[in-house]
Amino acid sequence: MSEATDLIGERRAVISGVGQSDIGRRLFRDPLELTIDACLAAIEDAGLTTADIDGLSTYPGATGPNGFSGGGITDVHDALRLNVNWFTGGLEYPGQLGAVINACLAVSAGLCKHVLVWRSVYEGSAQGSGGRAAVMPGGGSTTTSFKASGFMQWLLPFSAPSAATWIAMYAQRHFHEYGTTREQLGQIAVNSRKNAALNPKGIYRDPMSLDDYLAARMISTPLCLYDCDVPCDGGTAVIVSRVDTIPDLRKPPIKVEAVAAATHGRPSWDQYDDLASMPAQDAGKELWKRTDLKPSDVDCAQMYDGFSFITVAWLEGMGFCKKGEAGPFLEGGQRIALDGELPLNTNGGQLSSGRLHGFGFIHEACVQLWGEGGDRQVPNNPEVAVACSGGGPMASTLLLTQGR
Amino acid sequence: MAKSKEAAPDIPFRIMPALTDLNAHFWQGGRDGELRFQRCKGCGYYLHPPSVICPKCWSKDIGIEAVSGRAEVLTFSVNVQNWMPGLEPPFVLAIVRCLEQDDLRLTTNIVNIDPYEVTIGMAVQVVFEPHVDQEVWLPLFEPAK
Ligand SMILES: [Zn+2]
Repeated sequence: MSEATDLIGERRAVISGVGQSDIGRRLFRDPLELTIDACLAAIEDAGLTTADIDGLSTYPGATGPNGFSGGGITDVHDALRLNVNWFTGGLEYPGQLGAVINACLAVSAGLCKHVLVWRSVYEGSAQGSGGRAAVMPGGGSTTTSFKASGFMQWLLPFSAPSAATWIAMYAQRHFHEYGTTREQLGQIAVNSRKNAALNPKGIYRDPMSLDDYLAARMISTPLCLYDCDVPCDGGTAVIVSRVDTIPDLRKPPIKVEAVAAATHGRPSWDQYDDLASMPAQDAGKELWKRTDLKPSDVDCAQMYDGFSFITVAWLEGMGFCKKGEAGPFLEGGQRIALDGELPLNTNGGQLSSGRLHGFGFIHEACVQLWGEGGDRQVPNNPEVAVACSGGGPMASTLLLTQGR
Repeated sequence: MAKSKEAAPDIPFRIMPALTDLNAHFWQGGRDGELRFQRCKGCGYYLHPPSVICPKCWSKDIGIEAVSGRAEVLTFSVNVQNWMPGLEPPFVLAIVRCLEQDDLRLTTNIVNIDPYEVTIGMAVQVVFEPHVDQEVWLPLFEPAK
């Protein structure tokens, strides 16, 4: 640890409750209903009522393409008739869990006591039968009236609308520099499928072998279909509370040991210097400066897998293996299994349990630390977990511990 | 390749960039067969994407210059999925580094080669895909001659 303890303000924050709506490939329900279901479940889990909620935080707010956001600050504020002392919602965050980190900082600063934080999506329904093109910039049409601006102007004209192709280039560079193989990368998807089979809310629960993975159709080399997460409908919420409210809570809360959200170097998908890594390595480096715990103390890791290679970037970036050595680390899949040395994405991740967009990871980290994982519970009472979100230039990570 | 009715024969539909005073040199240099970037007049540093200040010497005296168009493939992907109308898969998306400067790079397509023969480190050179009606000349790259 290199920071003075009194500067680690996030330690004044705890996670007091988590909640989730129904989750499905396509639910065709009002996205705000999914959001509210998740929020009310989290409030109840914490042993609080809506009257206790005095802060709101969300990603990305009421914005983005069709299906991207199931409700912004104003929607939830008004639907639940809350009185809030602080709120924030936005897209320009260091990964989706930046919204949770913001909440930690708000309670630490004394601006509020209980922050309701959520992320909900309805990409499954929004896509309908139109596939991913239906939720892409320009809507997949051939109209010349839509023009690309901002960072998308450097990608869209080259027929690269999906992060799948951008991240495929990172994976290719990693394969080239370090000799990583599809067999090694595939362990992430195979492991997630095994875990999803044990999760009643998993979306794809049928067994998948490494051979199945290798035989899947290619999307953008070297990433195949099973390297891409599953668009879904669903909402996830967490309650971030101030540490002095612990006596008011239903159960011992999860402690926030440290957070980080660094991006060093150029904040860009194609201009970031190290094309075999991502700013996950910058966030990871900063995180470990804020704690005496070490990567070897972590009992389970819930790390972003919008595309499997992002998890590789997090594995290395968080220091769970050396840079360039994620391939050998993943080889055979034993290390990341539920009974391995670093159980990974124990709810099935986004690859098999749906793109809840970052918030599924913090939900699962808390479930595991509370020992509420049911069939997928990590054995031997896990005490330390990480939740990591974001890929490309966005990275946010939280180190969480059991409160009891 | 799929064609849009606005474009010339053999030119695929592409989503076009919104042209601005800051980026026009890059998207329109191909009209004269030139790959152009901003370059700091104070220290000679090339800037991309365009900016209003040199991040090396903080000079605001920035000009526009053509580079050789020769580059190296830093990484690539053979895109197989059909995401949008236009360029017919499989096609190659790549990040290339211009030989003039270590960190002068752009995302592009590698063309005029079997997609599965592209390699990291391959020498490439610029070739422009004209979208004349849109006043945009897309800088693509092909194997260096
Ligand atoms: Zn300069």
